[in-house]
Amino acid sequence: MLDESAELSVSITQIVQRLKGTHLHSQLEKQAKECLHKPEIKLETLKDDVRRLLKASGMTCLPPPRHPRAPPEHTKEPLAYMRKAQVNWEKRILKSLNSMCTELGIPLARKRRVPEQNELTNKWNEMGTDEPDLSKFRPVYAPKDFLEVLVGLKNPNNERSEDLTVRSHWGLIQVSLNVRDIPQTREMYPELGLTYGQLGIDDHTHVPPGSHLFFCFSVVVSEHDSAAAQQYSRQGCPTGLRAQLWSLILNTTDDPEAITHYEQLKARVIHHDLLVDNLIYKDVKLTASNDDYYFVFEDYLYQVLLCFSRDTAVLEHFNYNCATPPKSCIQSKSGSEQCAVVYPPNGVIPFHGFSMYVAPLCFLYNEPSKLYSVFREMYIRYFFRLHSVSSHPSGIVSLCLQFERLLQTHLPQLFYHLREIGAQPLRIAFKWIVRAFSGYLSTDQLLLLWDRILGYDSLEIVAVLAAAVFAFRAENLMEVTSLASAEAVLADLSTLKVMPLLQIFLFATSV
Amino acid sequence: MSANAVSCTIKSPVALQIGDAVSDSSRPGVYITDITLAEPVNIQEISFKNYYTAYLTVRLQRREDGSAKWVTCLRNYCLMSNPHAEDGSHDYFSIYRHQMLTEPDNVTTVRLILRQPSSEWLNFSIEEINIHPCAKEDSERDVPAWISTLTPVEEPLDLNGLPDPETVSSSIQQMWALTEIMQASQTAASIGRFDVEGSYDVKLLSYT
Repeated sequence: MLDESAELSVSITQIVQRLKGTHLHSQLEKQAKECLHKPEIKLETLKDDVRRLLKASGMTCLPPPRHPRAPPEHTKEPLAYMRKAQVNWEKRILKSLNSMCTELGIPLARKRRVPEQNELTNKWNEMGTDEPDLSKFRPVYAPKDFLEVLVGLKNPNNERSEDLTVRSHWGLIQVSLNVRDIPQTREMYPELGLTYGQLGIDDHTHVPPGSHLFFCFSVVVSEHDSAAAQQYSRQGCPTGLRAQLWSLILNTTDDPEAITHYEQLKARVIHHDLLVDNLIYKDVKLTASNDDYYFVFEDYLYQVLLCFSRDTAVLEHFNYNCATPPKSCIQSKSGSEQCAVVYPPNGVIPFHGFSMYVAPLCFLYNEPSKLYSVFREMYIRYFFRLHSVSSHPSGIVSLCLQFERLLQTHLPQLFYHLREIGAQPLRIAFKWIVRAFSGYLSTDQLLLLWDRILGYDSLEIVAVLAAAVFAFRAENLMEVTSLASAEAVLADLSTLKVMPLLQIFLFATSV
Repeated sequence: MSANAVSCTIKSPVALQIGDAVSDSSRPGVYITDITLAEPVNIQEISFKNYYTAYLTVRLQRREDGSAKWVTCLRNYCLMSNPHAEDGSHDYFSIYRHQMLTEPDNVTTVRLILRQPSSEWLNFSIEEINIHPCAKEDSERDVPAWISTLTPVEEPLDLNGLPDPETVSSSIQQMWALTEIMQASQTAASIGRFDVEGSYDVKLLSYT
């Protein structure tokens, strides 16, 4: 690779390129100009000083620059067989959507007539009271279909057989990605250690919380320090400040720009009717509306998800997501040419359970535009990795493999037993991982888990928690003799406390 | 950064293994590839795409004083941090002159020694090999123009009820930056709109 300083230069150039046109860029330029008037800054040594400062501030974790000869699809996903698997999976989804559209005789998108537009505007805040006939619609795919795709992932440069040989993987995932084991995870998550106070464990001690909260508020929140908020969130966010802290970490603002953007999206929902809207309705009715914690937020979920489908800003995440948005051709009004458009406008086709990504956020934000901004940011940073095939460390393939490896390494008897009775652990844990545990844990515990996802900017904690849950119920699981009874043991996670489980698994397991 | 690659002949890799190559069922862990250059070159960069090679050693044959000598310029350079895992297995790499142990001048042949100790992989190799000669000296990039032409600090102005120029300029600066982006941007589509001239009647999705 390039030498250190050249690598730094390329990294900085790429970051500046991405920042171009943003508010942050102009602010940085302005600050830089002001700084340069200070006597202690010398132009001749500027380059070296910046380099030194970056090192000292700990910003050596800049992402490695991409090689100039690497094509863009390689940067998104270096492994050719995974790109191919993603393309094939997308084709299946498109076929499914097209056939649903043809069978039902409903267009994928159409403009609403004015009376319909008015009706929807009036009903905007109570779309949940609507009871449209959704029986003909079916979800495009469910997590278990996606699991089969991941199980079928095979590296052509690797030979694997079905039997248990020296070379085989015990689990379902047959690819060899680099995943962290417990010692490496301990290094990555030191703040979860036994000697650090955690929100989620130490809330009930009699330590006066006042000073802790005051520090958080005065230093982190009022200074708008996003990096400090992220660091703080690693030990959990106080309930009253979580909304502000997450907002800071995700860089979402309350400014008029965001509100206007949301209103624009709402106007687009009113003007155009999409087939995916029905999929969203169906998904909400099947999942969130049936959930004791989330059914009250049904209307909010429609307001967020319908707008999300029409937000073309989401298309930007395809710059680093190896998935491609579905496209269609439509005739321009003049009839002269065919134009390619993305469908749905945000390029994301919702699947069964998608609405559960939004539901927990409803506990934090009651302004739809705020709720929307936070959800969108969380999707384009984290959740998209849970339903696309990639080798990224926070991608679903790595998470599944990490879960299986952690379990095999630390509970080999349990893993072997479950495998023998036909209850591969991933078949049970997959639905938890794909939803980042939303809908399975009680909400307060889920939010504590998502605090750490934001704090460490990684989804790996989800895989670790899945293994920790199995470890917790290991005794009962050793007694079961079928997949159904294994699932019954792990059916109800609502009483689990996330942080003690994680601490015990990571820091109290002998390695 | 990278000049045009020189033309070279890349020979097919030769496996090094103990025993008879034909009858032995175990896979080789070392391959050797020779690259002959048409004429002696001063190498600036060797770039390639990896395919499951874990370690790379590079030897050069240099023409010196009429005789050809072999030297090692790179020893066991790690391409895959974990030979058993996929990290780095498909990545693009560049080896630069300053990373080499000896000066890669007057090189006639480059020998690449590929090693993959893991039994996970059926094959391993290196692809898209390009050898770039030394280019002419480039002048050091200066700091950007807007830093070097600093205006001196101005005297505070007498505003007379007008808004502060600093706040006005910072809000205008953002808009100006956006217009720059718009001008440089290549897409013809309006920002944020997903419809075409107001219509978005999508019938079926395309597979290509």
